[in-house]
Amino acid sequence: MMAMAVILSFLFPLVGTLILAFSAGRLGPRASATVGVGSVGLAALATLWAVLTHTGGSQGVTLWNWISVGDFQPTIGLAVDGLTLVMMSVITGVGFLIHLFAAWYMTGEAGITRFYAWMNLFVFSMLLLVLGDNLLLLFLGWEGVGLCSYGLIGYYYQNSANGQAAFKAFVVTRIGDVFLALGLFLIFMELGTLDIATILARAPELWEPGSTTANLAALLVLGGALGKSAQVPLHTWLPDAMAGPTPVSALIHAATMVTAGVYLIARLNGLFLLAPDVMLLVGVIGAASLLLAAFAALAQTDIKRVLAYSTMSQIGYMFLALGVGAFDAAIFHLVTHAFFKALLFLSAGAVIISCHHEQDMGKLGGLWRKLPVAYGGFIVGGAALVALPLVTAGFFSKDEILWQAMAADQTGLLIVGLLGAVLTGLYTVRLILGTFHGEPGSDHARHPEPGTNVFTHHLPLVVLAVLSTFIGAWIYPGLGELFPQAPGETTDSGHTLLQVLAMGAAIAGLALAGWLFLMRRQWLDDIARKGAGARLWTLWHHAWGFDALFDRVLVRPWQWSVRMLRFDFINMIMNLPAVVARVFNAGLVRAQNGRTRSYALVMVFGATLILVALALAPGGGA
Amino acid sequence: MNGIPMEHGLILASILFSLGLAGLMLRRSMLFVLMSLEVMLNSAALAFVVGATAWNQPDGQAMFLLVITLAAAEASVGLALMIQLYQRFRSLDLDVASRMRG
Amino acid sequence: MILVWLILIPFLGGLLSWQAERWSEHAPRWIALGTMLFVLVISIFLWLTGDFSLPVDGNSQWLLEWRAPWIPRFGIEIHLALDGLSLILVALTGFLGTLAVLCSWREIVQRVGFFHLNLLFILGGVVGVFLALDLFLFFLFWEMMLVPMYFLIALWGHSGSPGQTRIRAATRFFIYTQASGLLMLVAILALVFVHFSNTGELSFSYDALRGTDVPEPLAFWLMLGFFVAFAVKLPVVPFHGWLPDAHAQAPTAGSVDLAGILLKTAAYGIIRFALPLFPEQSEAFAPVAMTLGLVGIIYGAVLACGQQDIKRLIAYTSISHMGFVLIALYSGSELAIQGAIILMVAHAFSSAGLFILSGQLYERIHSRDMRVMGGLWSRIPVLPGFTLCFVAASLGMPITANFVGEFMILFGTFPGAPVVVVIASVGLVLAAIYSLLLMQRVHYGPEYRTGPLKGPDAREYGMMLTLLALTIAVGLYPQPLLDTTAAVSAPIAELFTGGADLAARAGEVN
Repeated sequence: MMAMAVILSFLFPLVGTLILAFSAGRLGPRASATVGVGSVGLAALATLWAVLTHTGGSQGVTLWNWISVGDFQPTIGLAVDGLTLVMMSVITGVGFLIHLFAAWYMTGEAGITRFYAWMNLFVFSMLLLVLGDNLLLLFLGWEGVGLCSYGLIGYYYQNSANGQAAFKAFVVTRIGDVFLALGLFLIFMELGTLDIATILARAPELWEPGSTTANLAALLVLGGALGKSAQVPLHTWLPDAMAGPTPVSALIHAATMVTAGVYLIARLNGLFLLAPDVMLLVGVIGAASLLLAAFAALAQTDIKRVLAYSTMSQIGYMFLALGVGAFDAAIFHLVTHAFFKALLFLSAGAVIISCHHEQDMGKLGGLWRKLPVAYGGFIVGGAALVALPLVTAGFFSKDEILWQAMAADQTGLLIVGLLGAVLTGLYTVRLILGTFHGEPGSDHARHPEPGTNVFTHHLPLVVLAVLSTFIGAWIYPGLGELFPQAPGETTDSGHTLLQVLAMGAAIAGLALAGWLFLMRRQWLDDIARKGAGARLWTLWHHAWGFDALFDRVLVRPWQWSVRMLRFDFINMIMNLPAVVARVFNAGLVRAQNGRTRSYALVMVFGATLILVALALAPGGGA
Repeated sequence: MNGIPMEHGLILASILFSLGLAGLMLRRSMLFVLMSLEVMLNSAALAFVVGATAWNQPDGQAMFLLVITLAAAEASVGLALMIQLYQRFRSLDLDVASRMRG
Repeated sequence: MILVWLILIPFLGGLLSWQAERWSEHAPRWIALGTMLFVLVISIFLWLTGDFSLPVDGNSQWLLEWRAPWIPRFGIEIHLALDGLSLILVALTGFLGTLAVLCSWREIVQRVGFFHLNLLFILGGVVGVFLALDLFLFFLFWEMMLVPMYFLIALWGHSGSPGQTRIRAATRFFIYTQASGLLMLVAILALVFVHFSNTGELSFSYDALRGTDVPEPLAFWLMLGFFVAFAVKLPVVPFHGWLPDAHAQAPTAGSVDLAGILLKTAAYGIIRFALPLFPEQSEAFAPVAMTLGLVGIIYGAVLACGQQDIKRLIAYTSISHMGFVLIALYSGSELAIQGAIILMVAHAFSSAGLFILSGQLYERIHSRDMRVMGGLWSRIPVLPGFTLCFVAASLGMPITANFVGEFMILFGTFPGAPVVVVIASVGLVLAAIYSLLLMQRVHYGPEYRTGPLKGPDAREYGMMLTLLALTIAVGLYPQPLLDTTAAVSAPIAELFTGGADLAARAGEVN
């Protein structure tokens, strides 16, 4: 029963994709939207069915043997356990709401069919990613979501900048993917299997904890996770990826795909526990991304870029949790983050469409009365992002992460987490104030056209808003028994202190933001405009200059070598014999000029030469 | 018959040969080229005659007859070609007829 | 006897379609199409009825065999044989031959009959190469496919950019392959004479020559002779100079055949001849071959990024892909060699798809220069979607056959040569760059010129769809192919490990 439901859940989006892809323009916008939204809706129902019929433990179903050569036996096989079901619920549930919202968002755009074909294909690939029982099938979904991300970022293809952004996103994540692929090679060589359950069983038997092989394998897998989840240093693609339509940003670049790295590490938890150094690195990278992105979010003017950096920062929290061994906390935050970040993105989308594709905070403002639904979405989503105590989903998951960091004695990571909470409050307040309050910055913001469709506009926002409150945290089932014991499970000392600290940090962030942005606005602007303040602003605005660095170190040398090699110098060397032959040929052609006189001349010259030679030859002198 | 030393005859022959060769190399008109060829042939024939006289051998005379015949044949073919050349190009300049682009 | 017919049918069909031009313009096309379909059907029939399990001791490794004396004085026979590998490649030839006929349906309008004569003669020669076991016969077919290819490029090619005429490209192709073929002939003759002086028997037979005991320095040189001949055709950097030119100037059908099948004859030659004839020398040579493969992967990819001509770009990507094949063949791993065979088939599909697409673009905008493309997504229906699919295949996206091939190669090679795999993996990133660059320049961005262009007709749509379906089918369920070739690649892989075992045993004795 459950196997059937699971198979149906990813077949529906696949069928949707095929219908849309092969309709070749015969489907109108409404029909395309119906197929696109409907298939994901059915997938969500199938997932619900799977959740209801799941009897616990891990259940597998092998569809067919993919490849079978010697030991190499990857299957097209699915494995379903609690973690998979949670991920599936997020993908299809949040995915359905986003698809539904997209029906409103994309009204009047050209190429709706293409949009939904990509979106459905994305849902299909993402489901395969979480369902695959072996790493090769996981890799299939992993690459598939990358391709869909490429297609959707470049959806508005006529602007080359969007194409560039899509290109960058694909190539940067592909670099991570190659690390993951190398990790797969290493794991297969050492363990002789790609089946995830077998790997987790065999690795502790064959590898010493902390051994080089274990560290290397974990490190390579981490490389893949960094690329997909936009963590330092492979994070530069995410802000640019905002070039895609906003529902895409909500689905792919906030709720699901970018959290695939978190899923991967949580899935391979046993492997990482064998490599404590790499675990620490995971936490440190998470903390670094968290801070770096939070500072960068402070200095953005584009509302979608603020949200993109905020996503990076929140995924940083998840990595931090993974790093201290709190896999359940990471997945918990993944789920709540999917809810509230999707809400924020969709609300941003509502603002953007209402204001005629205006997404610069400087040109928005004063919208809170005119766009009440979007405003509500921002308030609820923002509150969850800031982790407003007790009423929001974000509070429970973030609190859990910080508590685990504390219980694992990672004081450094804990402090970064608390600092991040303050910064989150700062940039969230700045975002909401800049978008909805103050004076409108342009005519678009003065006369917005609010979304009115109850079903495609209000409903997704309201449902996500509800899920972003404590209800979202409440429906999370808890996956503790799936994972190795987290540090916070053994002790409870100091938990209350931490909760007070976390609440304090969130409220401090809000208070600081209120004080800075409401009372000291002028002072702040003055600082940001000159001297060191301006330099800091520029640095943060460009997210600490990683793009420029990579441009110098990687992109330009690459372009230079392409330019240098364009004419194929090896081929030129191989052509040398031809060139030599041609030179000789040119010389001889000149001699063959058809003039009797010059022939005679050459003949006489030759005859004279021979005569002289004969005369001078020893014994030849007559 | 011994009044003229062989050297003189040979020198005359080589002077004639050189003149002919020079004409061949320097003139463009086909008429002069043909004449130069005749001169060269005849200088060779002269050398044969001189040699034959000096050594009292009949072979030289025989060769002379051969050369004369050759010269006549060559002249007839050459003149025929020359007439063709003139009819085609309205010129006796050999370079005009050169088609090779070396 | 069916093997003889497999070779003869294309040749007869070629002659027939040459003469059929007298009846009507379309007659040669239909005849050629029927001929290639016939070859395809025969090979599929053989595939369905054949038994490809590993031969039990004493049984022949060949599924079908046919021999007849030809020049008995020199021990030359007409010896044809078919096993799983040759069968798959013959079927591929039939399939791509059909596509080649279809894709030149509108493109070729002059000397239609003679065009199809040449096309079918190439394919006949290729089938001969895949079936011939007698080395002399192999060499004959090897040379036989060159001449019609020369005419194909020289007579129906596109004149490209200034200084890059089709004649020049054809001549370059001919000189490269002819010179390398000569090296192979010398190597074959030397091998035969060594065999003669060893046994007193003059024979060009594969089975007889396989066990020949060649003195050491000579054996290495002979192996190199074979290797260079195949390396030029594969092509391996630095012998790749002919490929971009030939591809860029050839008509679409020529490019499809060139990339789809002719390059594969080289890999086939290495598997069938170079490795089994000189196993120890090949094993010693393996590091060099793998390095050359790596150079090919990286160099081809970098150069692909610098091209303006869409067909040259695809040609350079072929060099990059064939680098993977070369690495696999010299890895001594069954998994990798199986992967190489899959990648050969996959590359045939994906590059044929891309070449046909660029041919269709050329028919619409009359240019192959990517600088005058851009924004085509909104101007042509359907084609950009197909382009994206084949581009995805070319960059090794999972679900496509290319992914299965490349990853099997890398998985198989990793235990033996991890460094090689690490460097080759850089090629995966570069593959993403050049593939998406193609997409970017052709279909994204602002429109270079406005106005809608005609979408694909049923013939074009059908070709693309078939190729795509096959790519995905092989990508999701490659097992039938793998089972067919398992009996071929396992012994090849053992050639190397056998040597290693011997060395290990020798070490123990000492």
